[in-house]
Amino acid sequence: MTFSLVFEQLLNGLQYGVMLFLMAAGLTLVLGIMNMVNLAHGSLYMVGAYLAVAATQWTGSYVLGLVLGLAGTLVVGMLVEVIALRALYQRDHLDQVLATFGLILFFNELIAIVWGRAALFASPPDFLKGHIELFTGSRYPIYRVAIILVGFLIAVLLWYVVTQTRLGMLIRAGASNRAMVGALGINIRLLYTVVFGFGAALAGLAGILAGPIYNVQPGMGELILIQVFVVIVIGGIGSIRGAMVGALIVGIVDTLGRAFLKPLLGHVISPPAAESAGPALASMLIYLIMAVVLAIRPAGLFPARGG
Amino acid sequence: MIKPNRALVAGAIAAALSFAAPAQAQQQKLKIGFISTFSGPQGVMGQFMKESVEIALDQLGGKVGGLETEMFYGDDQVKPDVGVQVAEEMLKKHQVDFVSGIIWSNVMLAVVPVVTGAGKIMVGSNAGASPLAGAQCNELYFTTSWNNDQTPEAMGKYLQDNGVNDIYVMAPNYQAGKDMVAGLKRYYKGRIVEETYTKLGQQDYQAEISQLRSKNPKAVFAFFPGGMGIQFLKQYDQAGLRGQIPLYTVYTVDEISIPAVRDAALGVWETRFWSPDIKVPASQKFVADYKKKFGKLPVFYGAQSYDSIMLIDSAVRATKGNLKDTKALVQEMRKANFNSVRGKFQYNVNHHPIQNFYLLKAVKTGNDIEMHIEKTIFTNHKDSYFQDCKMKW
Repeated sequence: MTFSLVFEQLLNGLQYGVMLFLMAAGLTLVLGIMNMVNLAHGSLYMVGAYLAVAATQWTGSYVLGLVLGLAGTLVVGMLVEVIALRALYQRDHLDQVLATFGLILFFNELIAIVWGRAALFASPPDFLKGHIELFTGSRYPIYRVAIILVGFLIAVLLWYVVTQTRLGMLIRAGASNRAMVGALGINIRLLYTVVFGFGAALAGLAGILAGPIYNVQPGMGELILIQVFVVIVIGGIGSIRGAMVGALIVGIVDTLGRAFLKPLLGHVISPPAAESAGPALASMLIYLIMAVVLAIRPAGLFPARGG
Repeated sequence: MIKPNRALVAGAIAAALSFAAPAQAQQQKLKIGFISTFSGPQGVMGQFMKESVEIALDQLGGKVGGLETEMFYGDDQVKPDVGVQVAEEMLKKHQVDFVSGIIWSNVMLAVVPVVTGAGKIMVGSNAGASPLAGAQCNELYFTTSWNNDQTPEAMGKYLQDNGVNDIYVMAPNYQAGKDMVAGLKRYYKGRIVEETYTKLGQQDYQAEISQLRSKNPKAVFAFFPGGMGIQFLKQYDQAGLRGQIPLYTVYTVDEISIPAVRDAALGVWETRFWSPDIKVPASQKFVADYKKKFGKLPVFYGAQSYDSIMLIDSAVRATKGNLKDTKALVQEMRKANFNSVRGKFQYNVNHHPIQNFYLLKAVKTGNDIEMHIEKTIFTNHKDSYFQDCKMKW
């Protein structure tokens, strides 16, 4: 285990964490502010990926595809909120889980009907193909570097919107006292629709970015959704800062665990035992961390105030 | 208000039924249940299988074994318990004569006892669970695929014969993953740099790829079926390793994954018992008909499913459609007297094909990327478990 390898793995963890953050940001806003458990967040991730692939094919331009995919997911998100979720705010979480699980099935089948069940081809745009030489002498895909940059850009943007703008103020106010914000003449319904739409667009962005490295396939959203829930539980529900920290913890811990747990265990227990214990332990590491966080700080690392 | 005369209605229904019953009895029907995965991310495999079954039915004019044929498709959702449920429904409600299909070994191990227990014949068309080739072999269980170990055995043989050394081994951390590596090692005796087992269903392999590169192996052996393979191939390519470190895979690059990864599959090696370009008349006809109807190349899952229908056809034809005589059907099936996509083959004592295995490579032909057979690795290869099968015939 050399320094350069550890550095490369940290980079991998960072990139995975950023991807999780994009998903978690939207989910935590919806859960924290609207008190709404939205299992269909993964479906919006899938919708984003499919719309972008279709739009890229149609226009022949990756950038246009990205923009259209984002806009499309925003619209789909708002439609879902208006048509399906609005009726669920006053219901308990179990009803919401059931209804949004139904949405997952609906979207998976809809996508399968429109685009078929086979995975679609998606590749990075030409200007993001290839790799950079790390100072450690190893190669790293440019596309993954781009994901890291986009993720941090979005994080800064979100921080700015939520803490420094009027919209952000309304969002925070809506989270702590919905009735009072309404009484002050703010259209809280519209506010929720807008928040949900942007949360959807963030999930869509994650899906669009994931397309070239993962699988553009019906059901692709569910694979990442569980880790995203782990992220927001660790970070604290409703907190963007928590989502960022939680995502980076999960991303880095998971990556380092997969990479180094087996060789490290090999020093402690016999190599054959490490051979089987290493991968098993690595795949439960993030859940162990979640359990520890829940035991020490039940509301997560950065619990959102109010609510 | 006019009340319908009940007696009259009942009489009419009874009359209709009495006419219908003999008409049904006259026309003997063959019912085949086909279980696969039709929903979820793996549903695409079931779709390719079903399409291939349809090609077989088209070629037979809808009459398998000369009998009017009714197909019942069932979705196992990759779950053994659901598979059993679907099989029971086929056997009890639809009274099927044969059950075929099944992608997953765990589903197969659960369903086979249900079908054979009901005295019906199971023709597996993908899963190659080793117990069914060995100690748990069954009179009423046939397969038109292979035993799980055979494909990696072929790869192991090729790597061994070509003196490839220092290989890095990757597979998902579950039974089939371990089986594939065991199959590889049965013939490959060279150095293995490291064995890495990833989480089943894992999406991101960048961390493992970084580890792999740091070990500087001479070659990589990987088993990543389905969606995992698509992700692995893309990421291996994006990391700049394709073309740098040769990639030898099993069940990873096929006609389902190639359209999703395109150039990232180029130059990757596979071993398999069949490929769409195999020079066998039955296969060429199957591939041509499939291409014409569905506008794409068939995949080996489908080829096996096509064979399963053709095997049933040969046995039912030979027994003159006497579906009650299961013993005679089994006798006929053992002859494998049909035009298989893999060419003429014999059944081993455990009802598994004795067949060839080839080295395949993903190459560019025009604008398409296709698997091409490069050489034959095994001729008439038997699986490693048939000695444990106590069946005599």
